[in-house]
Amino acid sequence: MAEIELRHIQKYFGAVHVIRDVNLTIRDREFVVLLGPSGCGKTTTLRAIAGLEEISSGEILIDGKPVQNLHASERDIAFVFQLYALYPHLSVFENIAFPLKATGMAKAEVDRSVMAIADALAIHHLLSLRPSALSGGDMQRVAIGRALVRRPKALLLDEPIGALDAKLREDMRVELKRLHLENGSTSIYVTHDQVEAMSLADRIVVMHDGILQQVGTPSEVYLRPANLFVAQFIGSPVMNIAEASITSSGGKVAVELDGESFAMPHDLVGMLVEKNADRISLGVRPEGVLLSHEEKAGYRPVEAHIIQPYGPFDIVDLRVGSQTLRARTHTGFVEKAGERVWARIDPAQAHFFDTASGNSLEIRLSE
Amino acid sequence: MAAVTSRGQRFGRPVAILAILAVTLIFLSPILWIGATAFKPRAVATSVPPTVFFEPEVTPFVKLLTKRVQLKQPVAPEVYEAAPWWEKLVYDGGERVLKVGDEPQLSQYPNRFLNSLIVSIVSTVLAVSMGTITAYGFSRFKIKGEQDLLFFILSTRMLPPVVVAIPMFLMYRQFDLTDSHVGLIILYTAFNLSFSVWLMKGFIDEIPKEYEEAALVDGYTRMQAFFKIVLPEAATGIAATAVFCFITAWNEYAFALIMTNRRAQTAPPFIPSQIGSGLPEWTVIAAGTVLFLLPVAIFTFLLRNHLLRGVTFGAIRK
Repeated sequence: MAEIELRHIQKYFGAVHVIRDVNLTIRDREFVVLLGPSGCGKTTTLRAIAGLEEISSGEILIDGKPVQNLHASERDIAFVFQLYALYPHLSVFENIAFPLKATGMAKAEVDRSVMAIADALAIHHLLSLRPSALSGGDMQRVAIGRALVRRPKALLLDEPIGALDAKLREDMRVELKRLHLENGSTSIYVTHDQVEAMSLADRIVVMHDGILQQVGTPSEVYLRPANLFVAQFIGSPVMNIAEASITSSGGKVAVELDGESFAMPHDLVGMLVEKNADRISLGVRPEGVLLSHEEKAGYRPVEAHIIQPYGPFDIVDLRVGSQTLRARTHTGFVEKAGERVWARIDPAQAHFFDTASGNSLEIRLSE
Repeated sequence: MAAVTSRGQRFGRPVAILAILAVTLIFLSPILWIGATAFKPRAVATSVPPTVFFEPEVTPFVKLLTKRVQLKQPVAPEVYEAAPWWEKLVYDGGERVLKVGDEPQLSQYPNRFLNSLIVSIVSTVLAVSMGTITAYGFSRFKIKGEQDLLFFILSTRMLPPVVVAIPMFLMYRQFDLTDSHVGLIILYTAFNLSFSVWLMKGFIDEIPKEYEEAALVDGYTRMQAFFKIVLPEAATGIAATAVFCFITAWNEYAFALIMTNRRAQTAPPFIPSQIGSGLPEWTVIAAGTVLFLLPVAIFTFLLRNHLLRGVTFGAIRK
């Protein structure tokens, strides 16, 4: 197992700058997820670490040793592909044994290692089959087995369960987590699925346009998004974001959204002065929009116009001026569209961003 | 649904089978005819109207493979009795087999046949292996002017080959390559190579590059990945390409006629040369043709599964 360090990685495809000055350290035994929309450079970064893609400049260190000039075969890293890439002309056993044979391992030792990994993945009954006879989930199990069998320094996974159907994806997610807990292999996992990222990662690396947007634990990126991109990319349904202005009259502070004002604590004014942002955007997740059936202090009346039942909760769209504020309520809280309710923005769950730069102003209010 | 298909099946199926039979018969009739002629007695072969039913004999094949001369006088009964069965067949036709000591002399046909085999097999192996490696390079690496190079390779097939026959002949004479196996092998390899590159590129493009990448991270060099992963995966394409190249080389007539006359002559120019002067021995020529058809038939039969998959290759893969 190993520590992987990326230093000032740059990558161009022709004139297109796909990785921009990426710096990242992945600690030994850590499970890091690269998360971002397609085309953000996450897969290219992963392939660069594996040696399948040359970087334009920068350094890749594995256990402190620069490897950017080594061939993929010399980096001792395993890679799991989205479409499994099992060798179709070899049986499952031969597929898993394939990387061991490259090392010139004795046959008895190869057999023993393959059997051990087949036990761990519960794929004993598949060993004599050809990959074409397997289901998608089994193919990916075999691919993971092939990756783990030679105990590589690190395991790189490129959307390994992206091609599976929803139910299977859930099972495989749990299985991947279990395997990581058992093996403790340093793992880098690429996905565009935030649920996968949140549930698997020790740390999430959010990428966009080839730039690292934020690196942090799942709760950090969820609770303290570093900028508007991260705030909107993580979380479902998406965080409410709107440009806002802060008003202060008669000792009462409020945030104004399209003419409608929501009460905020006093401290906000002082904090904002310090930040000196020209225009600010307010972000609040649906669970940060609190609803009430009766009038309460700090709540203001709004109209509910769309109700989406999710099962365990409802998502209710509220009309605020010409905009929509999305709230999460318990099931059946708002019975029908058109109903009037009282709403408040929870200051503890409010995020403030500099509209121009998109960066978080790092203002954290209490109730 | 059932009603529709049953109606289609009741009328469509037999009609389709009849049509296929008719077409097959039309396409195979020349082969049936030449096959029948190869087993006919000499007198029956050219009879008018044609004889359909006859007693088959192997005399034409014996004649094909041996050197013979006309008998000046009938052979002595004790010599006839002592002769093996095939020699009797020759005596029956009023000829005798030429011998050196006790060994019968072979005709030129076995030698020409062997030339055909050598030239076709070697040029096929060369064209397919060079084509596969070239196609792999074009398929997997960014090459400057890739499209132009591929077009250039294909353009070698854009004029009828016979157009360059005379300049080629002069060049070959200069380099002492006329009437040599090497000369024909170079010619057929060059001729098949463009075809082989294009065909193999299509097949290799279809092999996902992730297979090789998986092998690369699994600790193999690109060369090893090529031999252990790409070649087995491309087996179908290689088989299909090999059959096409082999058939082209095996059937080639014009250049073989111009470039060779004795030592390296292949079967296609040799067989019609037997017609010669005087009364042609059609049965012997037919026998030579039948034997000539066999290698391609066997080769294609052995690779038939690969060929069928090769034809539908692009369709069944994602």
